[in-house]
Amino acid sequence: MKSTRLASDWFWTGVCVAAVGLTVASLFAIVADVAIKGAADFSLAFFTKLPPLPNAKPSSGGLANAIQGSLILVAGACAVGIPIGIVSGIYVSEFGSGFYGSVISFLGDVLAGIPSIVTGILVFTLVVLPLHAFSVLAGSIALGSIMIPIVSSTTAQSLGTVPNSIREGSLALGVGKWRTTLLVLGSAKSGVATASLYATARAMGETAPILLTVGSSEFWFSGAWSPVATLTYYIYDYATSATQNWIALAWTAALVLMLIVLGINVIVRVLARRTVYS
Amino acid sequence: MTKQVSKRGPSSKRVDRWARYLTLAVASSIVVLTSLYFIVLTRGSVKTLTFGFSFILGSRWDPVANVFGLAPEIYGSMLTSAIALVIGVPVSIGVAVFLSELSPTRLRAPVSFLVEMLAAVPSVVYGLWGLLVLAPLLQEDVYPTLGRYLGFLPLFQGRIYYTSFLTAGIVLALMIIPMVSAISRDALLAVPQSQREAAYALGATRSEMVRMSVLSNGRPGLVAAVFLGFGRAFGETMAVVMLVGNSQTISASLFSPGSTLASLIATQYADASTALEVSAVVEAGLVLLLVAMSTCLVGRLLIRRFLRSKQTALFQ
Repeated sequence: MKSTRLASDWFWTGVCVAAVGLTVASLFAIVADVAIKGAADFSLAFFTKLPPLPNAKPSSGGLANAIQGSLILVAGACAVGIPIGIVSGIYVSEFGSGFYGSVISFLGDVLAGIPSIVTGILVFTLVVLPLHAFSVLAGSIALGSIMIPIVSSTTAQSLGTVPNSIREGSLALGVGKWRTTLLVLGSAKSGVATASLYATARAMGETAPILLTVGSSEFWFSGAWSPVATLTYYIYDYATSATQNWIALAWTAALVLMLIVLGINVIVRVLARRTVYS
Repeated sequence: MTKQVSKRGPSSKRVDRWARYLTLAVASSIVVLTSLYFIVLTRGSVKTLTFGFSFILGSRWDPVANVFGLAPEIYGSMLTSAIALVIGVPVSIGVAVFLSELSPTRLRAPVSFLVEMLAAVPSVVYGLWGLLVLAPLLQEDVYPTLGRYLGFLPLFQGRIYYTSFLTAGIVLALMIIPMVSAISRDALLAVPQSQREAAYALGATRSEMVRMSVLSNGRPGLVAAVFLGFGRAFGETMAVVMLVGNSQTISASLFSPGSTLASLIATQYADASTALEVSAVVEAGLVLLLVAMSTCLVGRLLIRRFLRSKQTALFQ
């Protein structure tokens, strides 16, 4: 009796360890495949040249325009998403103690659960159709509105970790509510920076809304009113092509994207560990 | 001194009032945005909505005949999400139990970190890896074996394709594991220590303790995690577009290619030529929005209720 109970204890412990092993192994498999296959075509040409023709020689082309496009698009998305997100977070944490505040924080959670392809349809209808063209502008609005709920809820959370004694001390000295809020924001600034960075990484990796709002281009950035090339679009496009040199470029693009996105995420974790109030 | 304070008082109050209005106005953009989703998607699909459910539940998508049925896509979305849950939830609960109950303190942070990194991998990279590394492996080695041993089930019969429901479902499972396991871990950590001690005092082994006290008390949180994981898998687009095959089929075989609501939108939206076809694609988006939003709502409400009960337990 006792030995079967012990054996079952060992068995379930083993199951849990195996689950962790499987998860971590998958991460390593993905990272290793992207690193190895991506490094094969990792050259200066990738960062300086325009996309090659199908079946061209290795290193005869790159995705420099896609890197440029992704950075511009994400900068535009940040301009839309970060200010609105931070101010909404401030409202939820510092002003919105009543019913409306909880409604906004709840809707923020719901917004975060909306599939990004649906955001693509929304912006297609509201921006792309009236302008009669895919554009950087439409893409910035789409990615920005994906960032809003993420920035807002994480900002509200990190403002929530600031001890109330700081607010009370400030108010007791006769400082107004707004100045006090700025003070609270100052002491939670690395939390807010973390929130913004994390949302930026999310926007950088998005593809689905780009299909419906930005489209793609084989050339350099040519203004906010026209389509632009992005890393994620090219990964999708080249991975599903049957052309060897394009598939190789898709892996390299994935490597560059992973370096940026995982890099931001690592910075976020390091920053986040420092902001915990005890 | 008192004079100065009284002079500064009103102007500071005015600033405070404006600050409240301004932040309120900006925060209201969240309410506006949420309503815009409903208004735009309902108005956009009004042409097909008027035909009622029978139209949308048809199984044929034929622009020439003006028939736009979504049944294969609804089936594909449900099936791939179900596969993701069947594989992903047990693994996630295993990870959560490891992190909250079994892990040595020193391992806890690194393991959490690695699992969270899986969530940071962009969806299109999952698609790339799934398409070029995992799919050939599954097609050549894993699926034939599955077919040999489990071929008596209709799920594992028929021709094995390069892209299929099962391949998409497996990659979706990987994608939901970080989220489901993080929520489950928080739910398990919220179980009061006294519950664990009670089980040990009755002579339970560790695995019996986990089952008696931790998993049963954390159940609302685990259910919330499953709901949120389902919503995430249901709306996931890029990885599925690349792995599911994008053919309009309803087949019991998991080895068969198919399509989902999200993959239909991604592949058909730009090509949609007639107003009716656009309307049908938008209606697919509306279905996606309603399903993802309602599962997300249920999950969030469960977490809120669960967290509140945890807080009250803390104060007792």
